[in-house]
Amino acid sequence: MDLGPQLMLASLDGAVGAAVLALTALGLSLVFGVMRVVNVAHGEFFMLGAMIAWFVASNIGGHPAIGFVGALIIAPLLVGAIAASADWLILKRLDYEPEATIVATIGLLYILQQGALVTFGPVAQAVEAPFNHRIEIPWFEGSNVGWGLFTTSYKLFVIAAAITILLAVWLLLSRTKMGLVMRATQLDRETAQAFGIPVEKVYALTFGFGAALAALSAVLIVPIQQADYLMGGDPLLLSFIVVIIGGLGSLRGTLIAALLIGMSDGIISVFFTPTLAKIIATLVVAMVLVFRPQGLFGAKAQ
Amino acid sequence: MLEVKGINCFYGDVQVLRDMSLTAQQGEILCLLGRNGAGKTTTLKAIMGIVPARSGSIALNGESLSTLAGHEVPKRGIGYVPQGRRLFAEMTVAENIEVGLLTRGKGEETREKVLTLFPRLRDRYRQRAETLSGGEQQMLAMARALAIEPNVLLLDEPTEGLQPSMISLIRDVVVSLKEQNVATILVEQRIDAVLSIADRVVFIENGERRDEALAADLKDNLDLIHKYVGVS
Ligand SMILES: Nc1ncnc2c1ncn2[C@@H]1O[C@H](COP(=O)(O)OP(=O)(O)OP(=O)(O)O)[C@@H](O)[C@H]1O
Ligand SMILES: [Mg+2]
Repeated sequence: MDLGPQLMLASLDGAVGAAVLALTALGLSLVFGVMRVVNVAHGEFFMLGAMIAWFVASNIGGHPAIGFVGALIIAPLLVGAIAASADWLILKRLDYEPEATIVATIGLLYILQQGALVTFGPVAQAVEAPFNHRIEIPWFEGSNVGWGLFTTSYKLFVIAAAITILLAVWLLLSRTKMGLVMRATQLDRETAQAFGIPVEKVYALTFGFGAALAALSAVLIVPIQQADYLMGGDPLLLSFIVVIIGGLGSLRGTLIAALLIGMSDGIISVFFTPTLAKIIATLVVAMVLVFRPQGLFGAKAQ
Repeated sequence: MLEVKGINCFYGDVQVLRDMSLTAQQGEILCLLGRNGAGKTTTLKAIMGIVPARSGSIALNGESLSTLAGHEVPKRGIGYVPQGRRLFAEMTVAENIEVGLLTRGKGEETREKVLTLFPRLRDRYRQRAETLSGGEQQMLAMARALAIEPNVLLLDEPTEGLQPSMISLIRDVVVSLKEQNVATILVEQRIDAVLSIADRVVFIENGERRDEALAADLKDNLDLIHKYVGVS
């Protein structure tokens, strides 16, 4: 096949990856932004979302769409609740001390991973997409029109769904009372409390919300990838890369970096190897850390 | 009536307040004076529930505040203007005031009231707080605290770094609150600014309450001020 069509397919897959990555990274970025907690267990919340999606979908009978919608609702809620209780039981007791929370979330990572292994087993599981029409992409070559390329309606749906959710989160943060309270807590915890904001509840909510976003993106991606208990590594690494490049706590930076990393990850994976894609991304992070430690769009540290 | 009785406060193992007591009545302006590091800010933070009191009690009209969760204290009607203003820097003027309004569920009427007190904020309504001038920032800090319609107002060095016209604006606001029966606790370095509006002065040294005097008496006798503040 020529370079052109192949590039086009790789870009489409890259866009799907970028969309899902943006959602996952946004969760990580929110948690760090509001709570100053580096959540090393973020990838495991993604994995839990995928496993729960499989569990729900395989236990609800009928059309695959019913199971998918069920998973779309149940997985984020359940994962959010698990994360919020982890915050209440563990992080709050550590007083959100930065080093302690890193160690604690590493512990949480293994607990969740092994918990998933025991609960769901070691086998990779597939979830059927709610719909999966083949969509032909016309390809022009000189004066001939070729029809060898295709994508699926589900992939396009994932992109659209991720964009919708991102917009909704942005509206929530910038236009609602809850967003105002979260931003006030982020900017000055002590003063927020002096104005009646229950910061501990806001923290638990934020941690749950961040995890729920990871779970939600996992539900979107499982019909394309498979779910297994070890799948949390890649989303964690990529989310960190995105959040560091974009600037911790910067929503705009997270989105742009997700697009950049997601697309290049998809394209390099197709033309070379996925490992090379990760190597290059990690290298970019190192460069950003050296030359612009606050990230491309982050504010300078105060 | 706000009543602080024998509180002891610590930062880690270091004791900062020792048996601190004070009261503020409705419609009274109480001033805390003392050198840098004496514990004035910590006293206000203890009232707000930001710094816990290990012993002693804090009560407002008989209801204990020291046993409440920190975020419940402002809901009892205590407005706080922190030292250095502590605005939500990246949020707009409107959003900063909104946070104040949310504290006790106040609405449009209160918003109008505080914007009428500080008309300058109305012109800067959609501007980010960090882009305001120092004086405007202080107005916003006051407006945010007044948006909770407080019964007790805690002001920590509200005139720090302000020009005379701004100082007199803040003074006018404090005096008008006094007429509305608000109890004000004022921490202030500028003796002249204090004596003209305060009713009583409490002197703090090394985290302890050392003396108390009526402001009227201090005007003729500056000994106490020399002793505890070192300047006149
Ligand atoms: N967060 C903190 N951690 C440890 N010690 C603190 C903290 N905040 C204040 N202190 C100490 O507590 C003491 C009292 O501080 P406080 O801020 O109450 O003084 P102040 O009377 O308000 O002084 P100033 O006039 O300089 O504002 C000081 O010795 C200070 O170093
Ligand atoms: Mg002070």
